[in-house]
Amino acid sequence: MSTVAFITARGLFGRRRALLLLPLPILLVGLALLCRMYDVSPDMWGQAVIVALGLAVVLPVVALIVGTGVLGSEVDDGTIVHILTKPLARRDIILAKYAVAASVTTVVSAVPLFVTGVLAGSAKLGGALAVAATVGAFAYSALFLLFSLISRRPVLVGLVYILVWEGLLGNFVSGTKNLAIGQYVIAITDEIAPNGMMQTPVTLTTAIVMSAIFTIAGTVFAINRLGSFSLAGETS
Amino acid sequence: MTAQTIPAETPAATTGVVDLVNVSRWYGNVVAVNDITMSLSPGVTGLLGPNGAGKTTVLHMMAGFLAPSRGLVTIDGKPTWRNPAVYRDLGLVTEREAVHGFLTARQFVTACAKMQKLKDPEGAAQRALELVEMTGAAERRIETFSKGMRQRTRVAAALVHEPRVLLLDEPFNGMDPRQRMHMMELLHALGDRGHTILFSSHILEEVEQVAGLVQVIVAGRLAASGDYRKIRRLMTNRPHVFAVRSSDDRRLAVALMAEKSVAGIEIEATGLTVRASDYGSFTRVLPRIALDQGIRLHQLVPSDESLESVFSYLLEG
Repeated sequence: MSTVAFITARGLFGRRRALLLLPLPILLVGLALLCRMYDVSPDMWGQAVIVALGLAVVLPVVALIVGTGVLGSEVDDGTIVHILTKPLARRDIILAKYAVAASVTTVVSAVPLFVTGVLAGSAKLGGALAVAATVGAFAYSALFLLFSLISRRPVLVGLVYILVWEGLLGNFVSGTKNLAIGQYVIAITDEIAPNGMMQTPVTLTTAIVMSAIFTIAGTVFAINRLGSFSLAGETS
Repeated sequence: MTAQTIPAETPAATTGVVDLVNVSRWYGNVVAVNDITMSLSPGVTGLLGPNGAGKTTVLHMMAGFLAPSRGLVTIDGKPTWRNPAVYRDLGLVTEREAVHGFLTARQFVTACAKMQKLKDPEGAAQRALELVEMTGAAERRIETFSKGMRQRTRVAAALVHEPRVLLLDEPFNGMDPRQRMHMMELLHALGDRGHTILFSSHILEEVEQVAGLVQVIVAGRLAASGDYRKIRRLMTNRPHVFAVRSSDDRRLAVALMAEKSVAGIEIEATGLTVRASDYGSFTRVLPRIALDQGIRLHQLVPSDESLESVFSYLLEG
């Protein structure tokens, strides 16, 4: 593991905000377990728990906490300087941080989604959710990493993206769904394990191509932005 | 904003290790750094100026963390902006003291050595920690450190690859006298070893004790540059202004006019404003005159002792 990735991972789990990662997956699996225990039919809770909570909230919010945690918090407290004052290609710094963000997000979101999918129906649905969440984790991570470099308030910008762009606007302007990572995740899940819970106007091809574009474009822009990283003077 | 403070040199002449050639930096309408040309050579140089003069902006441009709006900033002839390769020869200690507090000092310095791709990162970290005398606490997490220890750890991290150039932004801020002394000795030693060291400060005495060479920045311009003693002389030889109040201002004024060290006196309703050409002899002579004349002194206040006024005097001169 590169030193940058090591420091990033240590920083991510060393901060109190890492604890924020726990409640959402626990809530997701807990709700599914509860419904199973009381023998409620998955038709009644599947949509609400898997789509409305799992895909619309857990996955993007986990990606936001991690994605801004690997870079945004270092930019915020100034420790990023210790990494930037090294003769490292900016590409390598971003890729190391991206690798940490994407893999942590994948583990923290795909595993509980897999369990929830199994509880709601079949291992096939669980597997589909895990695959789709992995794709989503990679795309979201790239986007939120970029937000960490273009805004001083990446968490706020990310929340606006999740709540307003993906959550709200898609209901009124269906075209925005083609630019929403959450919709790609739904399209991929539904393709692998067709189920009645999920509807999206996005085709599988669009989902795959657009996920790749988000991932690559986000990373490339982030590398470029980090190359021009400026320090603001302390005004005392 | 067009006046030139520095004698025009050949623009592309890069002579030192670190060179700024006609460098300006502005933020919107605000000019933070105005047409500065300077050249740093091995040894310790102080970057002196009041708060807000543009010292940090200059340091950040040297360290490649800010693009100059105009002009060229180079280390060994290579531009620092968007050029991570310069960090092989450059160490930076920022004013902001953020460190990865969850690491121990040794882990932190070793990580820096690894990111510098040194052959023996552990050995290099050990040497750097010895240099700043932090081996005793090296296994403790940085977040448990005092400000001075933190600062020394950051210096160790910036020095681990033995850079030719070390930039420090207000390194003595918040240190106690003992830590300050230690840091000064360290900078001295590094300068003697041939490193090019630039540290910023707004405190004259700090610069006096460490640096032989000084670059003085006032309001974004280079106000003075060169040997510290020359600049010090300029500063002490400037006229000093005192506000004096006594039991008989008028009689005191007459007596003071006979003194060589007094360059001018104004009599005002609130007291006397005395312009002294020599700080030392005026302050010695005043009590004697008052005693001889039987005048009681109520107040003696140097009215332009702020550092800003010293700097603005330099700027005029």
